[in-house]
Amino acid sequence: MSSKAFNLTKGERTFNIINYAVLTIIVAVTLYPFLNVLAISLNDSTDTVRGGIYLWPREFTLKNYETIFGYTTLLQGFKISILRTVVGTLLGLLSASMLAFTLSRPDFRSRKFISVFLALTMYFSGGMVPVFILMRDLHLLGTFGVYVLPGIVSAFNVFVIRSFIDGLPYALQESAKLDGANDFQIYYKVILPLCKPVLATIALFLAVGQWNSWFDTYLYNGNKPSLTTLQYELMKILDSTQQGSAMTNANDLANQMAQVSPESIKMAITIVVTVPILVVYPFLQRYFVGGMTLGAVKA
Amino acid sequence: METLTAGKAHTANAPGTPRKKKRSFWSDLIRQRYLYLMSIPFVIWLFIFNYLPIWGWTMAFQNYKPAKSFGDQEWVGFDQFNRLFHDDQFYLVLRNTLAMSGMGLIAGFIFPILFAVLLNEVKSMPFKRITQTISYLPHFVSWVVVAGIVTSMLSLDGIVNQLLMWLHLADEPIQFMAKGHWFWGIVTSSDIWKETGWNAIIYLAAITGIDKELYEAAKVDGAGRFRQMWNITLPGIRSTIMVLFIMSIGHLLSIGYEKQMLLGNNLVTDYSQVLDLYALNYGIKIAHFSYGTAISMFNSVISVLLLFTANGLFKKFAKESIM
Repeated sequence: MSSKAFNLTKGERTFNIINYAVLTIIVAVTLYPFLNVLAISLNDSTDTVRGGIYLWPREFTLKNYETIFGYTTLLQGFKISILRTVVGTLLGLLSASMLAFTLSRPDFRSRKFISVFLALTMYFSGGMVPVFILMRDLHLLGTFGVYVLPGIVSAFNVFVIRSFIDGLPYALQESAKLDGANDFQIYYKVILPLCKPVLATIALFLAVGQWNSWFDTYLYNGNKPSLTTLQYELMKILDSTQQGSAMTNANDLANQMAQVSPESIKMAITIVVTVPILVVYPFLQRYFVGGMTLGAVKA
Repeated sequence: METLTAGKAHTANAPGTPRKKKRSFWSDLIRQRYLYLMSIPFVIWLFIFNYLPIWGWTMAFQNYKPAKSFGDQEWVGFDQFNRLFHDDQFYLVLRNTLAMSGMGLIAGFIFPILFAVLLNEVKSMPFKRITQTISYLPHFVSWVVVAGIVTSMLSLDGIVNQLLMWLHLADEPIQFMAKGHWFWGIVTSSDIWKETGWNAIIYLAAITGIDKELYEAAKVDGAGRFRQMWNITLPGIRSTIMVLFIMSIGHLLSIGYEKQMLLGNNLVTDYSQVLDLYALNYGIKIAHFSYGTAISMFNSVISVLLLFTANGLFKKFAKESIM
């Protein structure tokens, strides 16, 4: 290897330079908006109006963050967002791992039927309006349940976990069976601990999905300030041209806030909404890269 | 061992009378009760949240009034669809949907593949790893945040306009967000920015599977880096590309609505309105539930048809690639 690295031809060297340059530009284009948002959020809000903040705040201050932590709607949204992320992720993990375990058992009698029943949901959906009517008929409008209940079972997640379990030696289950373990104990004591890497991946997918969703709040809970989420509040504040949800009355607080919120405040909220995920994902990278590949091969 | 394989043995031994079969089903049910307890609740769940909405399609053939019970609804046959297919707005919306999904489909292939191939050529591991980690970052950010970022970058005094002015590519700042004909491009570019790194994961994994000796042999034959990319890397991931491409054809109509809704505004509706938003505006906001359902149903049915076509194509391709 090392000897090759020394006698690069001229063409090779040019190629390398151009390649590194292109990739560096891609990295810069990816990172710049985040750094810019961060810089603006740390800059004095009246000074920001003058423009020209790029990578570094001109008049450093933490006041924007102090201000937004005084907004009660945002704090409420923060609470609900965390709650739905935790509950939604746990329920999603439970359902996906249990279903995956049963579907990975070659001796399970209804395995074929359930697999097809599950796989079909990946190919069609009732559509926005029928789902809305269903939620209304189930009396889920204006409840916390509408955030976590509809998405508990996800076919994609089940199949990813199942293909992981298929890769585990079946002898483990058989020997546990010989030791007198029932199927639930096999699931709980043998399979779950071994599935940690794939469960970490799925947990990340689920948590990101829950944390980032705003449309269900808009559609189902727009007139319930007590059930608002962080993303929804950010949406209303950023999007001052749109008059909020159709279901909210026009003169609610967030809309008024949107008109008066200076750029720096908006950017501070953006950071608060974004940071929790950005802190977590690099540590899970090893897992989700594997999980993504596994899912794609099987799907 | 015996209990685990017993299920198979049972069915194999008893193809006989239906009564015998039934008994073995019940005994299986009891023996595998934990497996059933761990799966049936979720099957019921799926039935409620994924299958029941299909029953809601009946609304498309009614003049649905929320206050009435199912039996009292007025049935109108294909009137809603008739109205839909005679609505000029519908064709505009369909055009927007197809345009944006087509652009997204093509860009969603070219850029991740390019990125993966270029990244694969990097020999420095730290650089490779850092680039990759950063490239995933936007995938984890919500569309709300991305729309906010895009709007601020493209604003009159935003960085894009400043760059254009500085490079003398524009004489005055361009009002990107206010001009309809920019909208499709903006949505596609945002998508590229957000998902390129993420979608490259699969291609990078596929590239890892290519035999290293092929590169060595090509080098001996005097092939440069471009030749190696073109003649080894790209053909090596050809089947992955085909599989993913065919699969995404099936999702042409289901491109979502989040970006269009968040990036759009009143000035660009003629270009930003997509099928789902159209269903939202008619079906839910002004409570024309039946009409909205007809739109949703059209969308779902065409999607399924596309998926079947794609699946057929896929099978044909899979057969050919084996031969």
